Amino acid sequence: MITKKHTISVLVENHFGAFNRVATMFSGKGFNIHSISIGETETPEVSRMTIVTAGDDRIIEQVVKQLNRLIDTIKVIDLTGQYRVERELALITVYYQKGNRMEITNICEIFRGNIVDINNKTLTLGITGPPDKIDAVVNVLEPYGIKEMARSGTVALKRGEQLKHDKFDKKEILLT
Amino acid sequence: MRTSKQMLSGADIFFESLKHEKVKIIFGYPGGAVLKLYEKLYDVDYLKHVLVRHEQGATHMAEGYAKATGKVGVVLVTSGPGATNTVTGIADAYMDSVPIVVFTGQVPSALIGNDAFQEADIVGITRPITKHNFLVRDVAELASTIKKAFYIASTGRPGPVLVDLPKDIINSVCEFEYSDKIELRGYKPNFIGHQNQIKKAANIIKKARKPLLYVGGGVIMSGGFRELRLFAKENNLPVTMTLQGLGAFPMTDSQSLGMLGMHGTYWASQAVDNCDVLVSLGARFDDRVTGKIEAFAPNAYKIHVDIDPTCIDKNVIVDLPIVGDVKHVLAELASEMNEPLPINDWWDQINAWRKEYPLSYETDDGKLRAQYIIEKISEKTKGEAVIVTDVGQHQMWVAQYYKFNNPRSHLTSGGLGTMGFSVPAAIGAAFAIKDRPVVSISGDGGFQMNMQELITAAYYKLPIKFIILNNSFLGMVRQWQELFHAEKFSFTDLSESNPDFKKVGEALGLKSFSVDSPLAVDDILDETFNYNDGPILIEFKIVKEDMVFPIIPSGATVKEIMTRRLDPKEMV
Repeated sequence: MITKKHTISVLVENHFGAFNRVATMFSGKGFNIHSISIGETETPEVSRMTIVTAGDDRIIEQVVKQLNRLIDTIKVIDLTGQYRVERELALITVYYQKGNRMEITNICEIFRGNIVDINNKTLTLGITGPPDKIDAVVNVLEPYGIKEMARSGTVALKRGEQLKHDKFDKKEILLT
Repeated sequence: MRTSKQMLSGADIFFESLKHEKVKIIFGYPGGAVLKLYEKLYDVDYLKHVLVRHEQGATHMAEGYAKATGKVGVVLVTSGPGATNTVTGIADAYMDSVPIVVFTGQVPSALIGNDAFQEADIVGITRPITKHNFLVRDVAELASTIKKAFYIASTGRPGPVLVDLPKDIINSVCEFEYSDKIELRGYKPNFIGHQNQIKKAANIIKKARKPLLYVGGGVIMSGGFRELRLFAKENNLPVTMTLQGLGAFPMTDSQSLGMLGMHGTYWASQAVDNCDVLVSLGARFDDRVTGKIEAFAPNAYKIHVDIDPTCIDKNVIVDLPIVGDVKHVLAELASEMNEPLPINDWWDQINAWRKEYPLSYETDDGKLRAQYIIEKISEKTKGEAVIVTDVGQHQMWVAQYYKFNNPRSHLTSGGLGTMGFSVPAAIGAAFAIKDRPVVSISGDGGFQMNMQELITAAYYKLPIKFIILNNSFLGMVRQWQELFHAEKFSFTDLSESNPDFKKVGEALGLKSFSVDSPLAVDDILDETFNYNDGPILIEFKIVKEDMVFPIIPSGATVKEIMTRRLDPKEMV
């Protein structure tokens, strides 16, 4: 079976240990985690975790079932193949030389990022977008020398309006 | 029972809550962090506290009690080492889906994380081996947490729940009210199987010409054994059981094929290999059952009934899943179909397999053998005893040779395979079972892992029959060393180091015997089953090198089944 990336949104009780329970389950069952992010939702007692994982259909089925089985999880939605918005934030600190600072700020502009910090050796870019856009920025910046990078992991939500083609039979549809 | 709202201490709330949960017995061991609870316990008269010798013993006792009765087993221990000693028992209960609630003391909230005396992060430690666990952070949440713990442990697929109680929570005071309601929006076990799926299953089974029911512990846990008997009998269906399923269907019934799997009967293995419809009822396709996954029941349409959706398609991909309580599903299936299937050819085939390789062992050499002793125990108790086994060869021989007639009569550590389970689990069972003998059967290795609990049995004068089948070896490991590890009997020979078990028994307060001749078995068993003033210990010195047959090697197929020890000449 084919291994595919999946974005899974999990609503959990905003309890002590709920995040840990999910993480423990992933490591205990040997499922991999590409990224995981957690934060508050519109309801203070509920947190939303966005987990990007990979596996074939059978593994993903187990991931979803095992998540559902945890007492602290309220809802598990596999967003893969559904109309959704996905965003990630990256802070990337890159070295610059005298002649290439403009080049870097241009790149930043092209990707609609912001320069959020500067000193006499480095620039820090703040970029938001879907994960593949962040990957692209990283690729372009690598030759300049990346000093440090922090990525937030993906956060995702289903699109507000239920479009007709929702649940497009596991075909990847990603509007950004 | 106090019902109106009133101010109570955490310790009072604890015992009031247990009273509301109708807890009759707790297995425990006092210590610093639970002193306040023990202070209250001193005056509590509505439940019995059993003082164990080691906290692991307490957890297995709770398991034994729970498995024998279906009620929740309760454990109370202190923080730190008291809590960590429960880990093996909790993991065991998790693997075998046994409803227990373990209360652990914890250092005061303000000291958590400070490496305080007898501090351990037991909630963190037990997270992957509990169905759920709680750290109580406010005395106002204590009663509702206890309610949730019992609810979670006993519903759906049962399992262990741990509640960690910081010392300050036990000491502080709040208003007590025991609500009937539970708010757990993330936990809604599905009890009713999908009607259409059940109808579809019935139609498929009706058309089967080589059907087989594969029955697991879920049938016993759900209380669905009457439904199973009705369904199997009315439709003329063959029944094979897993280790945990033994007793769900009477093994003396001609429709029982006995146990399946690695050490299952030859005819059960053949039936699995050849069936056209396999109906799994409350079983989880464990690797000890399936062997090589791809070759398991290769020609069968597979129907899988389980209350836990994660069990479906986990090991074996099935054709028709039904998520729901197996008792309910069986009742529905029985109402959909109640005519004997015309499967005489299939029965003829199964009975031919029965004759081809019956269970057998050497009887003519005058040596004492485990199989003979177990057959005798089965005969003398008429399959009505509660048999509590440990882990290893004796466990498999009991599964093969004891003819279980009733559910909740075969208590064993299956999933985790915990040596040292039998002695304490039998004690837990004996506190509940008074009308039938409770027999603990262990090997010499496992017996030594929790033999301190004999003291508990002697102190409470429990009429348990402790049987040690002593072959002076870690027999199952020895067997694998002989078959698969070049006969390197590495650290499995205990003959030089074993204690004198008769003396051990006597020193710990038990009437004790040691027997080494098959001729003495009848008399000693008669004496054992007639003695009811307290525990009794019998060591049987059995032959050293016997092996459990049949065996399908790990990860192999039914084609590779070994039914007997090969002569060296036959081995190439």
